[in-house]
Amino acid sequence: MEKAGLYLHVPFCRSKCPYCDFYSLANGSFIEDWLDAILSEMVHYRERFGPFDTIYLGGGTPSLLSESQLGALMDALFHHFHMDPQSEITIETNPGDLTAQMVKTLKKMAFNRVNVGVQSFNGGELAFLGRRHGPGDAVEALSRLRTAGFDNLGVDFIYGLPGQKMVGWLETLERALSFGPEHVSCYQLTIEKGTPFWRLKEKGNPMSLGEKKEREFFEGTSDFLRNWGYVHYEISSFARSPLYVCTHNEKYWHHVPYLGLGPSAHSFLDGRRWWNIRSVRNYCRVLKSGGAPVAGQETLSREQMNLESVALGLRTLKGFDRAEIHGSLAWKNLGDLEEMGFLRCDETRVVPTREGFLLAEHLPLYLCE
Amino acid sequence: MKNIRNFSIIAHIDHGKSTLADRLIQKSGLVEERKFRDQILDNMDIERERGITIKSQAITLPYVNAEGEVFELNLIDTPGHVDFSYEVSRALASCEGVLLLVDASQGVQAQTVANLYAAMEHDLEIIPIINKIDLPSADIEKVKEEIEVDLGLDSDLAILCSAKEGTGVEEVLEAVTELIPPPKGSRDDPLKALIFDAHYDSFRGTIISCRVFSGKLNPGETIRFMSNVATYKVEEVGIFRLVREPKKVLSAGEVGYIISGIKTVSDVRIGDTVTLETRPAPEPLPGFKEVKPVVFSSIYPISSDDYQSLSEALEKYKLNDAALVYQKDSSVALGVGFRCGFLGLLHLEIVQERLEREFGQSLIMTVPTVRYQFILTGGEKIWVNNPMDYPDPTTIDKGLEPFIRASIMIPERYMGVVMDLCLDRRGVNSRFNYPSPGRIEVQFDMPLAEVVYDFYDKLKTVTQGYGSFDYNLLDYRESDLVKMDILVNAERVDALSQIVFRERGRGRALQACERLREEIPRHMFKIAIQGAVGGNIIARKTISPFRKDVTAKCYGGDITRKRKLLEKQKKGKKRMKMIGSVSIPQSAFVAVLKSETR
Repeated sequence: MEKAGLYLHVPFCRSKCPYCDFYSLANGSFIEDWLDAILSEMVHYRERFGPFDTIYLGGGTPSLLSESQLGALMDALFHHFHMDPQSEITIETNPGDLTAQMVKTLKKMAFNRVNVGVQSFNGGELAFLGRRHGPGDAVEALSRLRTAGFDNLGVDFIYGLPGQKMVGWLETLERALSFGPEHVSCYQLTIEKGTPFWRLKEKGNPMSLGEKKEREFFEGTSDFLRNWGYVHYEISSFARSPLYVCTHNEKYWHHVPYLGLGPSAHSFLDGRRWWNIRSVRNYCRVLKSGGAPVAGQETLSREQMNLESVALGLRTLKGFDRAEIHGSLAWKNLGDLEEMGFLRCDETRVVPTREGFLLAEHLPLYLCE
Repeated sequence: MKNIRNFSIIAHIDHGKSTLADRLIQKSGLVEERKFRDQILDNMDIERERGITIKSQAITLPYVNAEGEVFELNLIDTPGHVDFSYEVSRALASCEGVLLLVDASQGVQAQTVANLYAAMEHDLEIIPIINKIDLPSADIEKVKEEIEVDLGLDSDLAILCSAKEGTGVEEVLEAVTELIPPPKGSRDDPLKALIFDAHYDSFRGTIISCRVFSGKLNPGETIRFMSNVATYKVEEVGIFRLVREPKKVLSAGEVGYIISGIKTVSDVRIGDTVTLETRPAPEPLPGFKEVKPVVFSSIYPISSDDYQSLSEALEKYKLNDAALVYQKDSSVALGVGFRCGFLGLLHLEIVQERLEREFGQSLIMTVPTVRYQFILTGGEKIWVNNPMDYPDPTTIDKGLEPFIRASIMIPERYMGVVMDLCLDRRGVNSRFNYPSPGRIEVQFDMPLAEVVYDFYDKLKTVTQGYGSFDYNLLDYRESDLVKMDILVNAERVDALSQIVFRERGRGRALQACERLREEIPRHMFKIAIQGAVGGNIIARKTISPFRKDVTAKCYGGDITRKRKLLEKQKKGKKRMKMIGSVSIPQSAFVAVLKSETR
């Protein structure tokens, strides 16, 4: 069985970005309480989950933690859980936090993969996205990381902004490619409910490019990066070679067990998924009183497992394994979808074409009736 | 018998009939104030919501007049819609008088006139009542003039009343006892009772509502229906209070009920005469006729697995609605269902709503149609009420369609738009009556099919709600009738076919295509929607495919949320019908009937 993934949610940011709906606080006064709490949550799961071969510090903004906070976190992880020596250990960072000192700190610790939230190399776009760093910060950060010897870098971008031109977007990408990142994530802007961007949209502001342009941007991005030799292995993810796919994220997409620690984190094991309390205060309170900070859980029925296998699998280049699907699937539609150019099938697997990627949200509806 | 009064209230929709009925019941002291539920006589949800009475009902009210004399007042409620005009006529036949209710601000409407004529035909005493005098827009003098001129009644006799506030109700009751004559007829003659309503009770079977004209009836006797000579043993007779109140005997002049182990209301015919097996009446009461459906549509379950359940629901529903007729039907597109006949469009909507609401059915109804007649080249005459039965066009000598006489009452200023509407709907032989200054009654002969097709909605729109409408069937007239088919990705959807007047073909086809384009969600491929007559495509619309629907992120936390969204969409898709690989939502089958997007 594949080894599990370990996710830590750092629910703090220096400022909130108007498009983001991940849970985080722009107020750091709970960091120490949170750290105590997450350390005791680890105790709760020791001996009960693992072994692991990936760690992912996400958020929020993990790079705003101090050296001692990061150190305490990583020490505890290795103390409580069985980690594979070859583990992929990722930290998400904000370019503005990656000072020379911070890069040194990360290098000293076990991190072997750094993900940088560049988002754009255009100052105007960064301002629109409410980012606190400028284009220059990202350039410096990436140079520092390379100089420090990090050989597995990921960069994140948001594209398809209202009014954005394809040329400008490709310039941003080109600039990133000058650092030869091992991994590039390109997220097309999605307006999530409850965010400031959502409210702008509700008020009638044009917040998207429209379906036709979005499609062009998606295709343009894919063409551009594939031309540079990248593998478009998931809707929004590109790897410089198959070696550099994000092993941790892949676990989410293929029902491999994962443990999520921290407020609002989700975990999955043996067909069961559970999720933590969202509020940092309540999360801390529950753990302090010795309880489990779980807010809810579900056990997936066979039908739900199938639906997820298909829906998640078709977002990735691997597709899904036919043997994974138990019971009935609308196999008759499979042929139609293949004929229409959305899928390719062989004896064992069903994989999406790029046309399939574009309509990945729809395909499961035809396959799981 | 001299202290019995049988009467009915007739009014245009919304003129306050139910509210007045409620007040009369309240005044009689039959029900305690605090238990009073508004609009007691309308006991179905839909009636309450739509504010119309679908089935007639009766109630016997005790009343002591100013002189201390005790009366038994039988109030027979009547349905207030043109679809149910036969029921109205039978209810009126059971009365000696009517309260003619006119809204103080809206004045006399088409239905008021139609109802008045019906009451006059039965030679009833008519008491005009001007209701809603509390409204700021009330114009009592004008309404009095209309009563005088339009209706030819003595407006000095009109009682001013506000049923809502309770003013004038006492006067109404006094007028009922003073002006409406007591029933005639001898209890020693052979039994003659007129059936004016029947409803189903799950414990007792069919409850017959009737008015006894002569003779008397005791439990234990055997009754005979004079139309079909069926006989039944009477289990119970009684009168209607708020609940049924059994009595030892029901005799001439009275209004009450009969329970005699009849399983479904379909075994009982409204308007039929009940007599005794042992001593039958020589001839029935006049006016009985078989009610024939005029509008037809097929009902299909959304999921073909639910056919059995729909079949059972219809059977149960039918227990209480003798006017609905149905038989098994099947369609390539929709599977197995039922072809149903209705009294009119409102009746159709009521059946649909009740099947969905009370019986939990998910339905698809096809385009309503009228009954056409075709004379084939061989001279054979056939009736067609289902587009699927449209004969081979080469064998048709001529087609005929039913015509109605429509009567529309409007304020003068809407004359132009209503004329346009009627001419557009192939109206001919127009006549105009000017019942009072400022008001016009427009009469047209029109094909019924044109009325079935969204005429009410249109009339309401162009007259801003001031137009009222009534109709009766005239005859069948020759017409050039073709079958218009709808194709979705080249596949014919038989359930969407319509028989139309040839010149209407293209317009209807375009409309249907347009509605379908709005209703069918985009798919992963292009969808062509076409309208055709014979082999010719006469209309076409396309639905462009999705270009991109994928969202960027999907991590741990999103997976449950994403799956739940998919599950919801899957459920939605299940409620659609698959035509080839195109999913057509239920709403699309209904939408093709609407001429414009609302």
